Amino acid sequence: MNAIWRVFRKEFRETLRDRRSLFTTLVIGPLLMPALISVALSMAIRHGGAPDQRPLVLTVAHAERAPQLLQFLGQYRVHIRAVQADRATARTMVKRSHGPLLYVPRDFGARLAAGKPASLRLYADESERAVQSRVQRLASLIGLYGGTIARLRLVARGLDPQLLAPIALHAIDISTPQSRAALVLGMLSYAILLTMLMSGLYIAIDATSGERERGSLEPLLTMPVRREHLVYGKMLAACAMMTVSLVLTVAAFAFALHHIGLDRLGMSANFGPAVAAGIVLGCLPLIPAGAALMTLVAAYTRSYREAQTYVGLVLLIPTLPLIFANIMGLRPRPALMAVPSLSQHFIIMSLLRAQPLPATDLAISAGVTLALGAVLTFFAGRLYRREKLLG
Amino acid sequence: MIEARALVKRFGSVTAVDGVTLRAGDGRITGLLGPNGAGKSTTLRMLYTVLTPDGGDAWVDGVSILTDPLQARRLMGVLPHGAGLYPNLTARENIEYFGTLHGLTRAVRRARAGELIERLEMQSFADRPAKGFSQGQRVKTALARALVHQPRNVLLDEPTNGLDVMAVRTLRRLLAELRAEGHCILFSSHVMQEVAALCDELIIIAAGTVIVQAPPQELQARAGTASLEEAFVRLAGLDAAEPSA
Repeated sequence: MNAIWRVFRKEFRETLRDRRSLFTTLVIGPLLMPALISVALSMAIRHGGAPDQRPLVLTVAHAERAPQLLQFLGQYRVHIRAVQADRATARTMVKRSHGPLLYVPRDFGARLAAGKPASLRLYADESERAVQSRVQRLASLIGLYGGTIARLRLVARGLDPQLLAPIALHAIDISTPQSRAALVLGMLSYAILLTMLMSGLYIAIDATSGERERGSLEPLLTMPVRREHLVYGKMLAACAMMTVSLVLTVAAFAFALHHIGLDRLGMSANFGPAVAAGIVLGCLPLIPAGAALMTLVAAYTRSYREAQTYVGLVLLIPTLPLIFANIMGLRPRPALMAVPSLSQHFIIMSLLRAQPLPATDLAISAGVTLALGAVLTFFAGRLYRREKLLG
Repeated sequence: MIEARALVKRFGSVTAVDGVTLRAGDGRITGLLGPNGAGKSTTLRMLYTVLTPDGGDAWVDGVSILTDPLQARRLMGVLPHGAGLYPNLTARENIEYFGTLHGLTRAVRRARAGELIERLEMQSFADRPAKGFSQGQRVKTALARALVHQPRNVLLDEPTNGLDVMAVRTLRRLLAELRAEGHCILFSSHVMQEVAALCDELIIIAAGTVIVQAPPQELQARAGTASLEEAFVRLAGLDAAEPSA
């Protein structure tokens, strides 16, 4: 037991001097990930919503020829910017600004008054996505204006304007900021679990391929210490780094998301210390399993580089269930709580939604995950006793 | 004192060591000499318990490496071939870490590391990270690390590989001092001059078996040659493979 502690102390100290692991633990987890998620989240909240409500600037050439149309558009938050331009200059202006630009021909008013189709020209560069949606919105607004005139004309001739509307289609967008944010928040658990595992990566690789490649494994094995204790000590150091990373990352998320205001999204009223502590506790059982899994995989590789490649790939395994859960919209139930990493995802989401899971679900999650960690740890220890480890 | 009896080690279908029996006494430097691939390193690796023999047994001061490997390791200081250090630790920390694993208290391992750093003339780089060490600095650190628990028995696998003249001299002087203090020293080499300059006892290994164990002078006499090198070539059976000059 003492030996495990001694190995742990040395490994932890050495890792604190290693720039790469420090970068992963202190920068990627607590800084980069929360920044990315916060940006994605605030974009999802803002850019959903009824797009028609946002103000739109429309450049109009010869605005004086269609005052009533432009007044109508103004009611729908279309701001008119009048410019002087003929058809040719209108094109070049749109090339520069991408548009849209509305050109009102000279005879617009006269044809409208005469009950003949009055044409308008809308210039835009629709290769720009943002422009596309603005053109659609303008087209439907102008169509609406045209429909109003048509109905007035029918009324003036003593006809029922409803004749023109045989079908009334109502497209109702029920997307809410909550539902749009759910997708992004699904990435939150992904980010937390991935950065947590990554912080243990270097120690796990170092425990086997790293030591072997440097030639320090053989002298180490001549120490009067049981071989499995050496690997346990190293795994303990990996677990410590992962815990540090987990705490820092969750704290950083709590800080970043608090400023976005999750309560607006129907998530937990407050991503405060209690929720953060709950997330940390929920994820802790996954740490030994992750450390042991990475150590096992690294032991089978021939070089440090190879280990980095394979362990990097293995890191994706715990994240796969999360992706499935997001795609298939899985909900927590006891059978799924027995899947390590997926159950941690459910715990995180339930804490964010302030919809606590039953205690049995939490117990299943912790129990199964810890048991997996124990089994993997046992095998990692066994592996260290093999002579082939020396390469 | 190290004794081995009928050690056997197989890797798949290859028998690397085929019944090695040897004895390295206290207060003596014993050289394990043989061509590349003769089984020197494999023999040493079994003795210092990194490999488990497929047959035979060995004893370090009477402790069996099979039945009590942990105790046997406590009695040995080992410098494996190409011994690596921890790059982010200083030389002193590397040495003290092994002291820790041997269960030395903080005060004791500090003192031992200090003594060894002085003895091996490592003061100029003792507190630098091992990252940028030269081969000589690495070997000195690894050697100090192997001696931190003051083992009675010292095993070294090709210790002079890649060392410059000054480092080799320091190493030789240290080994001579350890011998004078009554330690049992067993080292392997394929460099004849080195063995001749240092050893009290020579073990010649070829094709996984011990050809002969005797003091150098006796070997020369037995082979009927003037030089030790000739004796080695003849006894190891290498002259049969050599084209006649």
